[in-house]
Amino acid sequence: MLEVEDLSVGFRVDSGWIRTVDDVSFTLGAKSSLGIVGESGSGKSVTALSILRLHAQRNTRMTGAIRFDGKDLLRLPERQLRQLRGRDIAMIFQDPMHSLNPVLTVGEQIGETLRIHRGLDARTAHSEAAELLDMVRIPDARSRVDDYPHQLSGGMRQRVMIAMAIACRPRLLIADEPTTALDVTVQAQILDLLRELREEIGMSVILISHDMGLVAEFVERVLVMYAGKLVEDAPARTIFEHPAHPYSEGLLRAIPSPDEDMHRLYAIPGRIPDPGREPPGCSFAPRCGLAQPACTTAAPSLKVFGPGHLIRCPVRLAAKEASP
Amino acid sequence: MMDSPLVKIPVTQAPIIRVRELRRDFGGGLRGRQVLRAVNDVTFDVMPGETLGLVGESGSGKSTIGRMLVGLLPATSGSVELFGETITGRGGHRALARVRHKLQFVFQDPHSAMNPRMRISDVIAEPIDVRGGWSRRDRADRVAQLLDLVGLPNDFADRFPHEFSGGQRQRIIIARALALDPSFIVCDEAVAALDVSMQAQIINLLLDLQERLGLSYLFIAHDLAVVRAVSTRIAVLYAGEIVEIAPRRALYDDPKHPYTRALLAAIPRPQVGTRKPPIRGEVPSLLNRLSGCSLCPRCPDAFDRCRVEAPTLREIAPGRKVACHLHDGVLP
Repeated sequence: MLEVEDLSVGFRVDSGWIRTVDDVSFTLGAKSSLGIVGESGSGKSVTALSILRLHAQRNTRMTGAIRFDGKDLLRLPERQLRQLRGRDIAMIFQDPMHSLNPVLTVGEQIGETLRIHRGLDARTAHSEAAELLDMVRIPDARSRVDDYPHQLSGGMRQRVMIAMAIACRPRLLIADEPTTALDVTVQAQILDLLRELREEIGMSVILISHDMGLVAEFVERVLVMYAGKLVEDAPARTIFEHPAHPYSEGLLRAIPSPDEDMHRLYAIPGRIPDPGREPPGCSFAPRCGLAQPACTTAAPSLKVFGPGHLIRCPVRLAAKEASP
Repeated sequence: MMDSPLVKIPVTQAPIIRVRELRRDFGGGLRGRQVLRAVNDVTFDVMPGETLGLVGESGSGKSTIGRMLVGLLPATSGSVELFGETITGRGGHRALARVRHKLQFVFQDPHSAMNPRMRISDVIAEPIDVRGGWSRRDRADRVAQLLDLVGLPNDFADRFPHEFSGGQRQRIIIARALALDPSFIVCDEAVAALDVSMQAQIINLLLDLQERLGLSYLFIAHDLAVVRAVSTRIAVLYAGEIVEIAPRRALYDDPKHPYTRALLAAIPRPQVGTRKPPIRGEVPSLLNRLSGCSLCPRCPDAFDRCRVEAPTLREIAPGRKVACHLHDGVLP
């Protein structure tokens, strides 16, 4: 359904162009789920925003192709793209407060999507908005539909955002850190809701998060990004049980465990390079415990490590070949 | 796994902080607005060299407690005693002035905690400049020493905040907090804004500093896994009240309060598909407090008594307290 091929995204800065996403390729079938993880600055959100072409056009340069049902979204005229946004592909963001208009009721905001894409009149849109609120398990939806965003809690607002996103039964939902601003118990509720809706509507979901634990629970396949590049692409279970790229491994080990006492946490030394200031060779080499002299000179490419499993690490690939 | 050496500090020592029936209301007053009780009769101690973790969801009152503890916010009633000085009530201001240099605060957002136009050396030396009485030479030496303590290179001193990443800025903030050799630091969501790998680095730094300098922390956070990594004891807050307080291992391995259990169950774990269904509902409004237990409408174990009578915090084992009728010895 979705095919991303050699996507690169560059942004204009004072001194020229910097590449924030570098040759990213992946595919996503219908009714499936994909997680994109990485630290801030890894390019995960930029990749997701590119799918809907939500970057400021003047200052962005995108190359490659993003095919949705065979149509290249990067070359689609703006008008056709606008029909697709919200109808076939919807997106929810981290902060529901900043994504909602404070002076419109939630019913009006959900209704807007319905009026634009499905041509409903105001009254039908209003009653359908209430049904959608009911669908995202907001108690007492009939009266909540006339509430303003400030009258709702953070969790309720995120439910409203989800109601807007699923209003047209999209085939793809992109969720960019949808629960980061929420409390743990509410986060668990929202994730369960998304999982149920995915079944009900039969949509595919791309979940973007820095939280490996969250992604593990939700998706079938995981992409790990570092400094704009894909470093590992594997089924969720494989990545959490046997991560192959040293960066994925480090990310997993750095998560504090709620289930055991630790004297010190494992921390990946150093920090992610700024875009445009990546070191030569492998971008992760300066922080990597396995790095060898060759890693700092030649940039590695993404290669097959196992069935449905790609990594960008020659050291680990060589180790695997040596001991099959 | 090895236990932190901090746990072995003898319990016979006197607490450095005593909080008794601390309460904070917002609203009310002459205009007759509704009263919101953000913190309701909270009592705890902090021992020298220990870290007390304070966990709870938004609206649980954890930050309000942290602010009252260092005198940033006056208490409505109850008392806070720091190093033997009572900083609440009459004479509290003068008492606070005597102990203020021993207290520090580290906030969540390192970006808004520094003046963007100050050089790092001036940011770090701010507490020194406020206190006064340091020669220029001593001041510069102290800044260099502090940068070294938090693992930053010396040449950062002449640069500006915008040149640094979130993790580096948080190190700078910690260096500033250490400038006057405090004994007690309140860390309010100090690692919440950081990525996992940065988070682990900062947590390790806080633990190293504690060992080297004998610091005590009040570590406020919503993330239970992070709290486990740093705390000696943990207090769980719900709707402004402590519902459970216990040593680290006891709390995580054998949680007693239904809310503590719900919080632990809600943590996403990097094992595929293992979680139980989450607790229903959200934190209640603090404007109209319920007559019974605040958790009652969400609690899977609630029975009749919970709806009418608020439970009190009782000791159920040495060093371990729970506010729940289930642990009263009188079961339904």
